[in-house]
Order: sequence, then structure tokens, then C-alpha cells
Amino acid sequence: MPVRLAAALRQHAGGAACVEVEVTAPPTIGAVLEAVAAAHPAVGRRVRDEAGALRRHVNVFVGPDNARDLDGVDTVVPEGAEVSVLPAVSGG
Amino acid sequence: MDEPVPIQADTGDVVVLAGTSKGLFALAAGPDRSTWELAGPWFPGEEIYAATLDCRGGRRRLLVGATSSHWGPSVYRSDDLGASWVEPEPDTLSFPEDTGAAVAHVWQLQPAGDAQPDVVYAGVEPAALFRSEDGGQSFRLDEPLWNHDHRPQWQPGGGGLCLHTIVPDPAGGARLGIAISAAGFYRTMDGTTWEAANKGIRPPFLPEPEPEFGQCVHKVDRHPTEPDTLFLQHHWGVYRSDDFGGRWTEIGADALPSTFGFPVVADPNHPGTAYVLPLESDMFRCTPEGRMRVYRTTDGGATWTGLGNGLPQENAYLTVLRDGFTADALDPAGLYVGTRTGDLFGSADAGESWQELARHLPPVLCVKTAVLR
Repeated sequence: MPVRLAAALRQHAGGAACVEVEVTAPPTIGAVLEAVAAAHPAVGRRVRDEAGALRRHVNVFVGPDNARDLDGVDTVVPEGAEVSVLPAVSGG
Repeated sequence: MDEPVPIQADTGDVVVLAGTSKGLFALAAGPDRSTWELAGPWFPGEEIYAATLDCRGGRRRLLVGATSSHWGPSVYRSDDLGASWVEPEPDTLSFPEDTGAAVAHVWQLQPAGDAQPDVVYAGVEPAALFRSEDGGQSFRLDEPLWNHDHRPQWQPGGGGLCLHTIVPDPAGGARLGIAISAAGFYRTMDGTTWEAANKGIRPPFLPEPEPEFGQCVHKVDRHPTEPDTLFLQHHWGVYRSDDFGGRWTEIGADALPSTFGFPVVADPNHPGTAYVLPLESDMFRCTPEGRMRVYRTTDGGATWTGLGNGLPQENAYLTVLRDGFTADALDPAGLYVGTRTGDLFGSADAGESWQELARHLPPVLCVKTAVLR
């Protein structure tokens, strides 16, 4: 499954704008982020804290929809949908 | 963004680190501390509450507690004065899984004394102490303090529930003190058993005159040659203890323009000498009378002298946070003060005269210094 990364995260994934991860069905956002963290630990710690919570000013989108507005980390990614990890407009 | 300006310094030079709300800056000067060169910034946009330049054990290691509002906190290190930085492992400084907790901010990075050249302590929010035995590459939670019976009753101060002060034994013994806002001063004498040590500290914001804990200790410092003697800046009141926190005595109540303030600094060479930076009331929190003055005692707090030569003395309503004031190890001590309005002032003569080292920096959160070995 392809996961698009924010520009600020790419340096921690070997420069890749998009990383490919393997997730067993059903592919939840939690499982996707776990797989990203396993493959790219420096990305993983920036997206979630050590307790597994998505950082407050990081958003994960399933297609155009913010996972926070769906089922959070339990959101199932439909086949063919694009997952994007982006910084929120807040923060800074 | 431009590349950071490197630190140009060699053995015997003084380096001052200024952690700000928008990254880390540094200044370097020769031993006379007259001409300073600004370096950085590193970690642009990140909050730097904690930084240290560790020159023990033959290393020159910068350790920085940086928090990105988007990407979270971590401890970064550089062994070449900031020319390159090591990406930390994800578990460099993290709570064990069974705690369910997560580090929000790194508030303090405190190397132990020369007797323990590989030991570094970290204080974080939520209030917890971590210990590293490999020079800050990895840290482990102090479980006895985390499991202390008082912890559920600790209340957050204005900056959150943070462990912001660590006082190691300079001789490398097990004795260790920490301060938490707003839980107070805690100490262990054996390295495993922690006790609140706030006797004598009056908290006017609590109903009891002398509760066991709950004090809002802002900062504690001690002399390396007299580790039993501690100076403490409380939310209201400056105190001294001569038995490592067994009992505290208020000092300066009739001599300081305000007993409210954040930092307290012990002179590293002269026991009995300490410095505070009073602020007007806990509602205003600015330098009194529009004048910035450091106050120095040379007799353990019996008398205090205001020192403002070279500091702004007109319409100067400045705020200095708990880690915004530090001293180097030279004699006379160099003093360095950073403000929330981005000024950095320095004195090469223990506060007798001051010069502006930098202006227009982002808000200064911490100031640390080291003489390069």
C-alpha cells in the first residue's frame, strides 16, 4: 500500500515522497502507521508518540478525508485509496 | 533556509547555548569573554527547553532537547559542535510501554559530575526523571520516582507538570535532588528511595502553611564544593538549605525588590555566593520598576546587592525563565541571561558589568554554558 509523506518527513525515509508498506487485511490506519514505523523508525516517532497516539498536529488522510473524522486509527483503508501523512496547519 | 553558522571555538573558549522557542543558537568567545560570535540556528522552529555542552570524559557533546509542535520531542546529539547531528533512535528517551505515558517536552538535560562522566539525567513533562549511562545516547526511566505515592496528587504549574531541575552529587554518590512544578523538591539519598524535602517552604497558594509537597519550586542550584548547600527560588520566596533540603530557610525577603522569580544560580567558585533575578509579582512577571537587575549575595543570603551596570534600566519590562540564567566555571564567573523578548546579556565579572551579547533572538527558553576542554 502506498503512503504519501509530507515533505518534512521525506528526509527520514531516504528521500522518498511515497513509501510502500505491506499490511494484512483489514488494513486499518493503525496498522498502516505501524508498518511505516517498522520500516522507517524516524518517521514513525514523528507521527506517533511512544504510547501509540497520533501526534496532535499530524493528520492522516484516507483519500480526501481526515482519519480523525472517520474512525481514527481504526479507520479501514478502502482498496485503492491513497493514505497521506501531513502536518496540520496548526502548530509552529 | 540558510545553513547554520558553525561554532568557532577551541580549548579554553567559552560557549553559551541559547535555546529558544524557534531553535538553538550559540555564542562563543575566548577566555576573556569580550567578543562573541553568534552561531546557529539549529532545529529551526522547534522549542529548545533543554541543552547542554558536555565536556566530560574527553568528549565535546552537544545534547539538545528539541520539541517540534508537529513531530514531537527528542534528544539530539552532536560531537562536532553542531556541524552534524545524530538522528536519535525512537526509544532514546521514551516511557516504558506499561506506563502508557508519552514524553511531551524535555525540560532538562543535566550531566552528572566529573566522577560519572557517562551519566546524564533528563527531566521531562509529564514529570519524570530519566538516566543515561552512555553520555545521552539512551535513557531509562527512574521507576521509583515515577511510582511515588505522591505522583497522582502533583499539580501542573503554568508550564505543565514538568521535572525541570536535577541536582546530582558532584562526587558521584547516589544522592540526587530534583524539582517539579508544582510538586516541590524531592531527594533520594540512596538512589532508590525518594522523599519530599520542602520543610520550611511556605506556599501562599495552598491552605496549609507547610505541606509536605505541592510547593512550586522554580529552580534549585548548589555549589560543587559544598553540595549540602542549596539555593532555591520558589514561586514566592528565595530559600537556602544547608542539609540538602532537610530544612529550608527563607533569605532575601527584606532585601530583594521581589521574592518572585524563576532562576537561581550558585557561583561555581565561591560558596555562599548566589544570584537571582527578581520579577514583579506572579501576575506581572516582569523586571521591577522597568529595570533589569541581577541580585547577588556573597554571604549565603544575609545581604543582597543589585547589579544593573550595562543592563537596561529604563522602560525594561523583561521576563527571564527558570533556565534563562546560568554561570560559567571561570573565576570571576561569567553570567549569562536570556529574556523572553530575545535579548542575551553577559557579564565577565560576576555581574559587576554587563554587555548585550545578542538581540532580536526568538524568545529564550534556556541558557547553558561550558568552557571547552
